[in-house]
Formats: sequence, C-alpha cells, structure tokens
Amino acid sequence: MSEKKEYKVIGTRPIRHDGVDKVTGRALYGADFQIAGLLHGRVLRSPHAHARIVSIDTSRAEAYPGVKGIVTAQDLPDPADKVADLGEGAVNLKYLCDNILARDKVLYKGHAVAAVAATSPHIAEEACTLIDVAYEVLPPVLEVRQAMEPDAPLLHENLKTTSLGETADEPSNVASHLQYKKGAPEKGFAEADVVIEREFVTGTVHQGYIEPHNATALYNPDGHLTIWCSTQGAFTVREQVAEILQYPISKIKVVPMEIGGGFGGKISVYIKPVAALLAMKTGKPVKVLMNRTDVFEGTGPTPASYIRVKMGATKAGKVTAAEAYLAFEAGAYPGSPVGPGAMCIFAPYNIENVLIDGYDVVVNKPKTAPYRAPGATNAAFGSETILDELAERLEIDPLEIRLMNGAKEGDRRADGPIYPRIGYIETVEAAKQHPHYAAPNGKKHHGRGVASGFWFNIGLESSVTINVNVDGTINLVEGSTDIGGTRASIAMQAAEVLGIPAESVNPSVVDTNSVGYTAVTGGSRTTYATGYAAYEAAQDVKRQMIARAAKLWEVDEANVQFADGEFSCINGKEEQISFRDLCARLGETGGPVVGSGTVNPGGAGGAFATHVVDVEVDEETGKVEILRYTATQDAGKAIHPSYVEGQIQGGVVQGIGWALNEEYIYDAEGTMTNASFLDYRMPTCLDLPMIDTVIVEVPNPGHPYGVRGVGEVPIIPPPAAIANAIYDAVGIRMTELPMSPERLLKAIGTI
Amino acid sequence: MAKHPVSLTVNGDEHDLLIEPRKTLLAVLRDTIGLTGTKEGCSTGDCGACTVIVEGKAVTSCMVLGVTAAGKEITTIEGLASDGALHPVQRAFIETGGYQCGFCTPGFIIAAKALLDENPARTEEEFRHALGGNICRCTGYTKILEAVMQAAEEIRTTA
Ligand code: FES
Ligand code: FES
Repeated sequence: MSEKKEYKVIGTRPIRHDGVDKVTGRALYGADFQIAGLLHGRVLRSPHAHARIVSIDTSRAEAYPGVKGIVTAQDLPDPADKVADLGEGAVNLKYLCDNILARDKVLYKGHAVAAVAATSPHIAEEACTLIDVAYEVLPPVLEVRQAMEPDAPLLHENLKTTSLGETADEPSNVASHLQYKKGAPEKGFAEADVVIEREFVTGTVHQGYIEPHNATALYNPDGHLTIWCSTQGAFTVREQVAEILQYPISKIKVVPMEIGGGFGGKISVYIKPVAALLAMKTGKPVKVLMNRTDVFEGTGPTPASYIRVKMGATKAGKVTAAEAYLAFEAGAYPGSPVGPGAMCIFAPYNIENVLIDGYDVVVNKPKTAPYRAPGATNAAFGSETILDELAERLEIDPLEIRLMNGAKEGDRRADGPIYPRIGYIETVEAAKQHPHYAAPNGKKHHGRGVASGFWFNIGLESSVTINVNVDGTINLVEGSTDIGGTRASIAMQAAEVLGIPAESVNPSVVDTNSVGYTAVTGGSRTTYATGYAAYEAAQDVKRQMIARAAKLWEVDEANVQFADGEFSCINGKEEQISFRDLCARLGETGGPVVGSGTVNPGGAGGAFATHVVDVEVDEETGKVEILRYTATQDAGKAIHPSYVEGQIQGGVVQGIGWALNEEYIYDAEGTMTNASFLDYRMPTCLDLPMIDTVIVEVPNPGHPYGVRGVGEVPIIPPPAAIANAIYDAVGIRMTELPMSPERLLKAIGTI
Repeated sequence: MAKHPVSLTVNGDEHDLLIEPRKTLLAVLRDTIGLTGTKEGCSTGDCGACTVIVEGKAVTSCMVLGVTAAGKEITTIEGLASDGALHPVQRAFIETGGYQCGFCTPGFIIAAKALLDENPARTEEEFRHALGGNICRCTGYTKILEAVMQAAEEIRTTA
C-alpha cells in the first residue's frame, strides 16, 4: 500500500444526497412516473423458442374496446434499408431491431412480436390474447456445444463465422472466433512438471435487479419525443432509440428516473422503442411495464458457457503455460461477452505462454446482456479451479502459488496491455494476513477455498457542470445514473477540490438535454470517470474563483493561491477570503461562476480481488452453507469506503447465488421453467453470513485521486472459491455451475 | 368491470374509493391513491418489495386484493416518518448504507419496522429468518442487517 495522501472529504463516509428520498419512498422510479392521459402498453411475446412468423393478424385486438393502437415490426423502419449505408454496422442494426419486435422469425420464448396500447393495463393484456400470430415452429438450439455442431439448426441463414479476420463461406451458429496468444504454449507445457486440464459448464443466469424494466414515452406533434425510464445510461437509450426508429437524435429526450438495479442488464433497450412507437401511433403518452416473467424471458441474462482450461506448472510452483477454450452462448443474436472473458482469464498472473480461444455462439435463448464483469466470472471459474488443483498437487498453499505467479507492474497480459501499477499481490497478501485465513478449519465436511479475479474497468465519456451558489455551496449536474451512491462519490471529488464539505454539494442526475454526453453507469466507470469529470469541473471553478479573488484584490492571478478552502494573496498584500465568502461576491466580480469538466480518460486501471470462503457441505441434502466469507479488493482509493464495501458485499452475494443456486432451467421446447423469483432462487439474508471486506488501496495512476472501479470484480471469484472450498470439504471437484444440491449429490455419489 | 366502494385508512388518512375487485392492494396504493413509495418487483409474493403493514402485520400487498383491505389500517413507507423526523429504522438505513439502488428499501424498512414493533430483542440469526422474505439484489444484506440491528439497539435503549 503505497504513499498516502491526506484528504479532507475523500475517504470519509458522508450520508448520500439521495438518502432521505430513498428511505421515505419519495424517490421516483420509472414505474412511479405519472402523466395525464396516460395509456398502458403491453407486449405480446412468442410462445416458441424458434419459429418463423407466417402472419400476424391484429384486427380482433384492434376492435377491442379501449385499444388505442397496436404495433408490430412492420411499424419499425426496415433495417434492411440501412444495409447499403452502414456496411457492417447494418448487420448489428438489423439484430438490434429484430430483438425489439421480431420481423421474420422468433428466436426465443419471450421474443416480442407485437404491442398494444390501451386505456388500462388489463385491457392491453386482454387485447394481446386477441392478436393472431401464425407460426411455423422450428427445432430449437438450446446449448452452446449443440449449436456448434455442423448439422445444428441455424438461427440466422446469413450468419457466417468470422475467425481472426476471415469470414467463412458457409452459414453457422458460430458468429465469431477470437484468439489471444502469448509466447509458445507447447514449449511452456513441455517445461511443466504437472499439467491439469478440465472442462467446465456454467448455466445462464440473470442480473436479477428487483425493479422490472419500464418506459413511458410522449410524442409531441412538433416531433419531439420524450422517454422517462429506468436505465443505466440515458444517452445510450437515446442512441439506440434513434437508430432503431431512424429518428433524429436531437429530437429525442431521455429522462433517467431512479433505477432499481441494473448490473449491466439495463443498458440494452427492449420496451423503450416500443413505448415510443406506441406513443407516435396514438399521439398519447404510453407507459409500458414488464412483469417479472417478461424480465426473465424477454431481457438479456448472462451467458451459459462451455469452457476448457489447461494449466501447467513446475514443481517449484511456477505456472509455465495456460490454455483456455471459451464457448459462450450469445443468445438469439451475436454478442456474448466472450471477449472480456478471454481478456480476464489468467489476467491475475504473469504467465509466459498463453493461448486463449473464444467463440461467440447463437442459441435460442434471449440475447445476452452484460452482467457485472461480463464473461469474467465464467472464465475464472475454470482457471481459478485449475490453479487450486495445481497448488494441491504441488503441495503449495493456494495463496502462495498466487503470490508466486501474481502479475505486477510491467507484466504483459495475454491480450496485449502492459500493466501499470496494479494491486493484485496486495490483495493476496491482505487475504493471507486476514484472521480468517489463520482460523482453524478442520471440522468434518467443512472446507476453505480461495480464488482471485480481475476486471479491466473502463473510462469513456463523462460530463459535469458545476453552478456556484452565493452561499458557498455548489450545484453539480451530472449524467450518470446513480445506482448505488455515486451522487455522493462524485460530489465528494468536487468537494475535495474546492475545500467544502460533501454536504455543500447538491448533485442532480439530469436528462439528455441538460448535460453533456455521458456514457453508461457500467464497466465500474462512474466514480472513476464521472468523478474525474467532477474533479475537472471543480478545477475549472477554482480557476475562475482565483480570477475573481485577483480582481477583488487587484492583483495578478498568479499571486492568488487556494488551499484548505481559503484564497490568499501571496507576494505583497495580506489578503484572505474563504471559498464561501468569495461565493457571496461573485455578482460584483463579474457574475455567476459555472464550471465544466468533460473527460474520456484512458487510464481506468484494472481491479483485482482475492476471496476466502469457508463452507459446510451437507452430504445428505447436498446443501452448501456459506459459513464465513472475506473479500479483499484493490479499490485504488476508496472515495466513500461504506459504498465500496457495499459494492464488494453485493457482488460477492451475486457470485454466491451464481455458484450455488441460480440458473435458467429449460424444457426440451426451450421454455424457461423457472421464470419467477420463487423458482429462480436468488440468495436471501437467510442463506448468508456477514460478508467481511478488506479494501486495499494501491492508487491508480490514471486518476487524480487514484480511483479504480470497484463494482464488478467482486462477483468473479465466488464460484471458484466456493468450488475449491467444496473440494476441501468433501474431496470432489465441482465443474458445473450452479453447484446445486442435486449436482453435488450426484458428484458425491449419493444419487 | 363493476367497481366496489371501499374505505381504508392509509398512514392515518381515510380514503373512500371505488375499486375494481381484481385490483391488488399494491395497485390501489400506487395507482388509485398515488402512494408510489411501495414497490412492485414480482407481483407474485416472492420479493417483498411491496411490503406494507396491515393492522400491525407486515404483508406483501401484491398478494392482497384491495377490496379485502376494506376498513383496515395500513401503513406504507410514506407514513413512517412522523413530524418530519425519520423513524429509527430509516435513519439506520441511511447511516449504515443499508441500500444501494433503494428499490427493495421501502419493503425492507417496513418489514423491519413491523418486526421491531413486535420485539426489538432479537439475535442476528432471528432477524435473518424474519427478513428472509425480502430480496435485495444490491447489498448482499450485510449492511441491511447492520441497519436493522442498529435500529433495534436504539429502540431497545430508548424504550
Ligand atoms: S411485488 Fe409483492 S412480493 Fe414482489
Ligand atoms: S438496494 Fe437494490 S435491491 Fe436492495
């Protein structure tokens, strides 16, 4: 843990600015939005996983009293028109449009085919049952290896595999193949004393945000379209809706309401363009809400995968080579996170010889969407389990083997980048020194496991403006949806620059007409990049305020300095004025001060985590009980430690759910049989202990305060850590997720 | 569909309403009365986001028909703060960071309030059991439990 800087606001735990709103029920989420004359929309979804649409007859529904408008894919601009214009991009646009309302084929159960706007939600629902759709049912493809078979039914007749820059001649369900190579893997394996290879299978899991998707759209006769919705990124919604509807971006305003969780699942649009279409068709505001089944069946979960990992090490514990084969289910359209999975697998280690192959494969399931460190959890389940096995075979402590091979500054990752200062080793050290790791762990059926994880984090564009108030406070305007306290973590960075308390900042998250472009709240980027923009905006304010002080004192700006919330005159005059007092004198010194900051920073700085878990395995029921859990993570610099802890704890528990319970269960026809919170079992507080966290701070050189994104990496280690703990408890290597009681009992041989 | 006259008391205020018999209490609170603090996460009784207090007991309002709540006293999240001061549970949630997105929060706070009214002297394990019907996807529950136990402590010591 390197040099410590002294901060006044950063690292403290002020109450978040939206705190009271959220505990009193005043915070307005998308579904809470009301407007006079509102119609209610409902989407009709496909009952088949794979079928050709022969015809859609809406006449009976249209005649139903209370129905005001019906839309199908025929109401969307034909994306085929864009083929000539956009070249390769057009392909994606067609997929994007077809996922909103199916045109020729339905590709998963739950695929939207039509939508109704009516005077009540009940009428809209009833009218949906009156839409007659004739389908020609086709055999579904429900698993990645099956989809890759040469004779598998094809989802898209025109999809041809692109592999390392070449496009195949024949159509296939394999959309693309990527490869990362470093050194000479064969040579590396030849140098190893022990080589271990296994295959792994992981299930389809959902982000499970508690708030279902929602959208209300209003179309004005002057062509202005407004959408109020729950989203991780208002600007991203604006872009997607503009593309899908072929509508000018300047005529679309997206208003982000409070959001009830996203985890990557509220970036892609589903019902937002549908609400817009219905609003355009009816001339009335239309609200569309999903129910929980819609969310499971009609929005992107994160992919199931088939993974093979092979690693070799010398007797001394040096990993000499690693290989991975990653086949990810993209869902109905190309675009699984196999790329990030390939970037993150093996990333905590400096391995000389690496070969990673990734395959993006379409299947008859909803188009996948990001979920917290997309792709990395699947991949790490394989690599972190194999590393554990290597350590065991070599009789080396599992944290020790991680220290021996851990990546450091200057090491090169298999996909190319050379690490700047990173804190992986520090997370392993922190885990090793934690009392948890030293605690006794010898009871029968009790086991301990460890695993690490890496997420690269992203930068992207953010904008912030700051309006200075006469009473020494500031209004901070930002475009980042606040999902877990980022109003505070962003405000704190501006407050630090200006030497004012966090409470003196009033942050607002505003619509796309009211702030500069800001990318999604995702990729663990918000506190990093929008925080960075707030820092820049505050610096702008500071510069302008220095000019005002100089004017007041009739000195050169170079003679004014600012420290600890006070402006003072150096050289000559004995002048001093606080930030607050100067704020009161802005009128007389030239008018209001407005600062702005925009960034697109490149130095996001990767995040690492190392977890330790104790489990108890019940050999009779197959149930795995989490007894104790400790997560260490490099946050670079924790702006608000409570919220960093919260991110870690939340990520860990999602990882525990993925490890032990969660998966989409399909029947042979491709119907998800557990599309409810009762049957898709997410962890409750009954399933868990308190999650212990250790924040390690190795400042990120790419951020003024050293921030690294924290949101994503904590979900990565749990499945592998728990699998390793189960092995320690009962001597069985679990290679399939979730490690449900049924799978465990089968592996143990009880059933 | 024919509507039924129903009177109910919400947060101390009496409401005389005409409601369709198929409307859930959740829909009555949110859409008819306009109290949108109570949230809808599943509509099947599985997530607890819609928890309100009916006659002193925490119930999932998506599983109750509005007409059956006739004549009952109901407390929603909007009715918890009194005279502008937050309830100890609300304060504890803010202070410990017992929420992230805040969508499960009204349900959790209401469920916790009902529990604490009944008996604030519970162990962590007992609280975990009692709150097992509320799902939070953001926090991993650690800070929620800390909040509830902090509020319980405060209620016990000031009672
Ligand atoms: S909305 Fe009532 S329990 Fe989920
Ligand atoms: S705080 Fe988001 S679901 Fe609990």
